[in-house]
Amino acid sequence: MSTVTRADPATPAGAARAALKEKRPLGDRSFQILALACGLLVLVILVLIAVSTTSQASSWFAAQGLKIFTNNWDPAANQFGALAFIYGTAITAVIALIMAVPVSIGIALLLTEVVPYRWSRPIVYVIDLLAVVPSVVWGLWGIIVFAPWIQHIYASIASGVKGIPVLDSLFGSPTSGASFFTAGIILAFMITPIVTSLSREVIATVPQIDREGAYALGATRWEMIRGAVWPHSQGGVVGAVLLGLGRAMGETIAVALVIGSSATITSHLFAPGYNMAAVIANQFGEATGEFRAALMGIGVLLFAFTIIINVIARAVVERSARRKRGA
Amino acid sequence: MAAIAGQQQTDLREPKGWRRTSNRIVTWLMVLAFVVVLIPLGFVLVTTVAKGISIISWQFLTADIPPNVVPANIGGMGPAIVGTIEITALATIMAVPLGILGAIYLNEYGGKNWLAALIGFFSDVMTGVPSIIMGLFIFAIWVLHFGFSGFAGALALGCLMLPIVIRSTYEMLRLVPNALREGSYALGATKARVTMTVVLPAAIGGIVSGAMLAVARAVGETAPLLFTILTVTTVNKNVFSGPNTSLPSQIFANANSPFVGAQARGWGAALTLIVIAFVLMIVARFITARFSRFSR
Amino acid sequence: MEQSEQDVATSTQLPKPQVQATASPDTFDTGTHIFDVDKVSCYYSSFRAVTDVSLKIHENEITAFIGPSGCGKTTVLRTLNRMNDLIPGAHVEGDIRYRGASLYAKEVSPIAVRRRIGMVFQKPNPFPKSIYDNVAYGPRINGERNKAKLNEIVERSLRGAALWDEVKDRLKASGLGLSGGQAQRLCIARTLAVEPDVVLMDEPCSALDPIATGAIEDLMKEIKSRYTIVIVTHNMQQATRVSDRTAFYSVLRNEESDTRTGVLVEYGRTQQIFEDPHDPRTQAYVTGRMG
Repeated sequence: MSTVTRADPATPAGAARAALKEKRPLGDRSFQILALACGLLVLVILVLIAVSTTSQASSWFAAQGLKIFTNNWDPAANQFGALAFIYGTAITAVIALIMAVPVSIGIALLLTEVVPYRWSRPIVYVIDLLAVVPSVVWGLWGIIVFAPWIQHIYASIASGVKGIPVLDSLFGSPTSGASFFTAGIILAFMITPIVTSLSREVIATVPQIDREGAYALGATRWEMIRGAVWPHSQGGVVGAVLLGLGRAMGETIAVALVIGSSATITSHLFAPGYNMAAVIANQFGEATGEFRAALMGIGVLLFAFTIIINVIARAVVERSARRKRGA
Repeated sequence: MAAIAGQQQTDLREPKGWRRTSNRIVTWLMVLAFVVVLIPLGFVLVTTVAKGISIISWQFLTADIPPNVVPANIGGMGPAIVGTIEITALATIMAVPLGILGAIYLNEYGGKNWLAALIGFFSDVMTGVPSIIMGLFIFAIWVLHFGFSGFAGALALGCLMLPIVIRSTYEMLRLVPNALREGSYALGATKARVTMTVVLPAAIGGIVSGAMLAVARAVGETAPLLFTILTVTTVNKNVFSGPNTSLPSQIFANANSPFVGAQARGWGAALTLIVIAFVLMIVARFITARFSRFSR
Repeated sequence: MEQSEQDVATSTQLPKPQVQATASPDTFDTGTHIFDVDKVSCYYSSFRAVTDVSLKIHENEITAFIGPSGCGKTTVLRTLNRMNDLIPGAHVEGDIRYRGASLYAKEVSPIAVRRRIGMVFQKPNPFPKSIYDNVAYGPRINGERNKAKLNEIVERSLRGAALWDEVKDRLKASGLGLSGGQAQRLCIARTLAVEPDVVLMDEPCSALDPIATGAIEDLMKEIKSRYTIVIVTHNMQQATRVSDRTAFYSVLRNEESDTRTGVLVEYGRTQQIFEDPHDPRTQAYVTGRMG
């Protein structure tokens, strides 16, 4: 388009009318369509994931039906009941949460309530460093350094609780460096950054005026947190914890290296085990036919579980944020 | 100022007893939480550096990958480094522009409508999808038809990076003051022009930094590559056909090996990987600090 | 509360605008009408922000919109270059003609409108680009690529905005580094660079100190021979200093729905508005008893 010319006053109406009548440039409309398409890509990919993996696993679902939820995993004998892996995913995630959640909330509170802003930056850097360590490095360290070391600790605990009713079934032998519990510990390290940073975001939105109100009544910091901060951020922190749960369920490589690769359901946390993500990682390479379909199906289940948990988590976080804004 | 008979003196010291103690305990617990996190981080980093540094050398970074049996001072991780660079670069080229455009839709065009809300919500949900699922997905729709390749791995990594780039770009676009957009509109710019010539340049620091963090994440991912590149030990300069390898894939392969040489090479690769990821993260933070300024 | 303010506050009837530009004998002159605003009401969704405004803007004059806050003067200004289109839910009833052509007709492109009718904002909003790139922005998006031509346009616009001497040695410096008055002149230069027909100004000096304000006012008087200017101002002295005609807006409060609507009270030559206002509300405002 050439440069704009001044409207010629000699022929005002016609010139102006003609000049104003420009069609929306093609480039502008195409850009909008392109942007929309990229946005839709997210939804398209999610749907494609669901459809493609399910169709690959369909022979497993069809052949096994509800037997997929039995603890009967023996590929050589064509048995593909996956309960052991579902159990393993649940157990390791729970162990990870029990350890990570108090630590994460503690650090989040440390950053928002205790530490002055200037000192908070180094702490945040440490959390960022923790987040950036790749899963495979955690796994390498876990299996080569951590597992052999903690094996001794497991052994002493096991001999210590020998005979005691509940504790023995949880912490008694068999023990192994590569076990449910080790996987849980490594998972705890890995999910701490996300639970911490999201909790911190949530807690930071508590209005300063509420904190001051509590302090003005002569509350100690702990009392202020209990009375003013916690009620406000409860919902959001629950959302953060759920996100950590989702992450713990899906984390693959570190778990694949340190969980022990044994498809059993046992209450002994120090015993080797397996979980959904780990079995796919370890076995998919050599699997064919129905074995492969079974692993793909386990992937479908994992996808479904994590999507549900993430949807709930995000909805919870959004609702608590909305309530805050409205309040 | 005589005190009324019978009334106690005002006690301005800290609350005594359980209130003070419980407050102190909680504060120390919070500090303990941080320490608890420092310890494993320190151990991992120290171990990786200690075990890896002795094997790192120019030869290590460029030599071919030998069989696992071979002792530590022979061979290196050259193909894995090449593979990581190829595959991650390809994934970045695909995911970052698409992610930026998606975020542009969300912030500049979508506004508060239901579709934008839906896309934004599921984009966040997508960041929680396990990375191995991305690998299975690309296996199902691509590898089964076109075989293993670095490109397939890049597709899987791209799916991983896309929602991360969308979210971080969206946050940056939101920060651009509306006054800048109005100034551009008032000069007769179309919405596309306003976005490309004023909004994007104003947010570019944060966008680049967000993209680098996504790359830092992708560089360390193993699971999406497992069934898409079919880890091999030779260099494959053609990223579009034939199996490939990457640093995390090699580390995973070596971690289970009983051979000392393989393990040592694994540590060297792990150190290289951590350095790459850290450098990306530090540069990203630096860019954020220096270039995210819109007004004085 | 003064008597006249109470009149405005409690009146629930929509008053007829007391004086139309066409009704006053002073305005039978030969100047062309750049804008013909005809019974325009502005809505934000269902909220009526301004009601029933009619006036004509004359070419090569400075027209001032004055009035208390919330009376809709900025809203009306923004309808003149269709900037209100950017606000979701905003729409206009009535017609606005620019040089005889309807601005809100279906086939009219807002982009084309804004290339001819530029706007300077209350708070200077230079782009985070160099001074040169700020001024060259408009011509560039209109397709001008020739370096020499751009250099010439940039110099001419900066001279036109009385900023050239101060920045000619640092054209590559960031536009964000200028003082308030300089930044506002940069925004004016930026607007002049696309050679508009009309320049709208929304309280251009309210964020500036008196010296910078004086510089902008001198600038306005100097460029009015080449442009038509409409300025919103809350500073009555400024209106008397620079404008040829003045439109006084006020607020009408609706008791039942508890809403406020802007309304045009009086419009005429500036001298007449301030020395011999016909409407008692105008008189109350300009003599300082209200607003």
